[in-house]
Amino acid sequence: MSSVIHPVPTAPPGNALVQSVRDSLVVAQRNLIRMSRIPEVILFGLLQPVMFVVLFSYVFGGSMQIGGSTSAADYRNFLIAGVFAQTVTFATAGAGAGIADDMHKGLVDRFRSLPMARGAVLTGRTLADLVQTALTLLVLAVVALLVGWRVGSHGDTNAGKVVAAFALLLLVGYAFTWIGALIGLSVRTPEAATSGGLIWLFPVTFISNAFVDAGNMTPWLRHIAEWNPFSAVVQACRILFGNPGVSQSDAWPMAHPVWASLIYSVVIILVFRTLAVRKYRSAA
Amino acid sequence: MPGAIYAEGLVKTFGKVRALDGVDLDVPEGTVLGLLGPNGAGKTTAVRCLTTLLRPDRGRAVVAGIDVLEKPNEVRRSIGLSGQFAAVDEYLTGRENLQMVGRLYQMRGRDAKARAVELLEQFGLADAADRPARTYSGGMRRRLDLAAALVVSPPVMFMDEPTTGLDPRNRQQLWEVIKQLVSGGTTLLLTTQYLEEADHLAHDICVVDHGRVIARGTSDELKARTGGERVEVVVHDRGHVAAAAGVLRGFGTGDTGVDEHTRRLTVPVTGGARLLAEVIRELDARGIEIDDIGLRRPTLDDVFISLTGHAAETRDGTGEDDGTGRDDATGGSGRTAGAGGSGQDDRAAAGVRGRRTKEAAQ
Repeated sequence: MSSVIHPVPTAPPGNALVQSVRDSLVVAQRNLIRMSRIPEVILFGLLQPVMFVVLFSYVFGGSMQIGGSTSAADYRNFLIAGVFAQTVTFATAGAGAGIADDMHKGLVDRFRSLPMARGAVLTGRTLADLVQTALTLLVLAVVALLVGWRVGSHGDTNAGKVVAAFALLLLVGYAFTWIGALIGLSVRTPEAATSGGLIWLFPVTFISNAFVDAGNMTPWLRHIAEWNPFSAVVQACRILFGNPGVSQSDAWPMAHPVWASLIYSVVIILVFRTLAVRKYRSAA
Repeated sequence: MPGAIYAEGLVKTFGKVRALDGVDLDVPEGTVLGLLGPNGAGKTTAVRCLTTLLRPDRGRAVVAGIDVLEKPNEVRRSIGLSGQFAAVDEYLTGRENLQMVGRLYQMRGRDAKARAVELLEQFGLADAADRPARTYSGGMRRRLDLAAALVVSPPVMFMDEPTTGLDPRNRQQLWEVIKQLVSGGTTLLLTTQYLEEADHLAHDICVVDHGRVIARGTSDELKARTGGERVEVVVHDRGHVAAAAGVLRGFGTGDTGVDEHTRRLTVPVTGGARLLAEVIRELDARGIEIDDIGLRRPTLDDVFISLTGHAAETRDGTGEDDGTGRDDATGGSGRTAGAGGSGQDDRAAAGVRGRRTKEAAQ
């Protein structure tokens, strides 16, 4: 058994940032391999937004008034930005459940006993979720085109703006997964993380401009909707895609939706990443 | 010069529960310490404090010469941890799991790859290397978990109940792996509820209850403290119990214990197997039929009961067949007694800390 004990060369503990990036990528790779072996999770993750597109556009489409128009086609063009935004934020639940599962199975203990960068387990997980979200968005965009969604239907757009809209969606989705990470670390079971990770997203995504014109809400609700970070990204996407239903409100996030989305995202990442990493380090 | 694992006055409370209530440990390099105790005794909390997972409220800990509270990340480079649950990613293959752990120990990619191949071979997992771990049996998962803890061949290892929940064959296999590991010079702290396991693997044993170390020493020392050999007889006929007790009194060096219900009698003796033969002849001469007779040395079970007032029972009840077997005369009473093995005994003797036992305040 001489092979049991022999020194194994390890790379010198270089720069902390380099190590952090490297460790995060190792964990991200692990999560991506894992996701690819549970294809049903990806499938259900896809089905849900596709169902929203189809149900909302055909069930509600006929009775919704968007910018004075009652055409179902206009509602579809209005709706898609909202479903895109909802889809990216729902990645939160996946991140939370994944991290809660790792805690539950003792994997977090293993990671915490390794000489790895402190935030890497969480960063790796959120990066893997980002990749999954990007794939989901891609499929969803194809479905949206099939049901009649067109960029530039009601305003100017170009390839750069469309790419910018998707980039913004991914950034917001990434920011939200950090909220999921904190939830995952705070609950006892993966099941709790899944429901706890989803439940608060319903008011966040519905008290917004995503599915209806927020201008028709009672004033106090409308204020909430207009300042909702989620509304900012929807508004930004509608403008960048050249789709109908852009809010004319002079609430700051509605008037400057791209900036608002960027600021909201950065603040969410800073706050929730800090809280989540602190929680991870003391996880018992 | 403190040992490879050293702790002084570790205290950790969770709410009102004092999980650790001033634990001192000192494990010399290259030896195995068995931390023995029932569920909730504080074993896992102690391991979590020593492996940087949990910050003790008070006390000091040094592992591999590094202060655990001051330089946790440096400690992590020098330790391997194998927990109560096989902490492997069940959707990753065995190979992928080991490679991932290697890279997180900051090994280069190709070194991590090569090391994974080596470990899979060594732990008998080469054939299953490219299957997801969720297809593994319980024993294979534990071996994979242990392999993951050994990726960098750390000088200090912690194993928290490594064989809990395993069937006897897998437990035996894992013991072999652990013995080989220790023979290579690794310092090991092992927690267990299985007295037989501590007896087999550990040089020194610390008995923990209610967050305190209530006894420490080698397995033989602990047994000696509990008392010497005993003859144990089960008579066939309840009517013979009194007569048998009379015979045993003649040979014993102390009080004879009699359990009418199970027809079991025990008496402390000196004189070993020769005396046992005399007892059998005497019982036979008086026409007392016996179901079972044996020379018994105290097991760690006895030690545990005498120290804590209760058995080291397990939550899931599997402990019954895992506790130290009550050896009968034919089966060789030496199994328990001799488990320390000659070689191990020498090392154990060298490792005796010379500390006084602390009695638990009941």
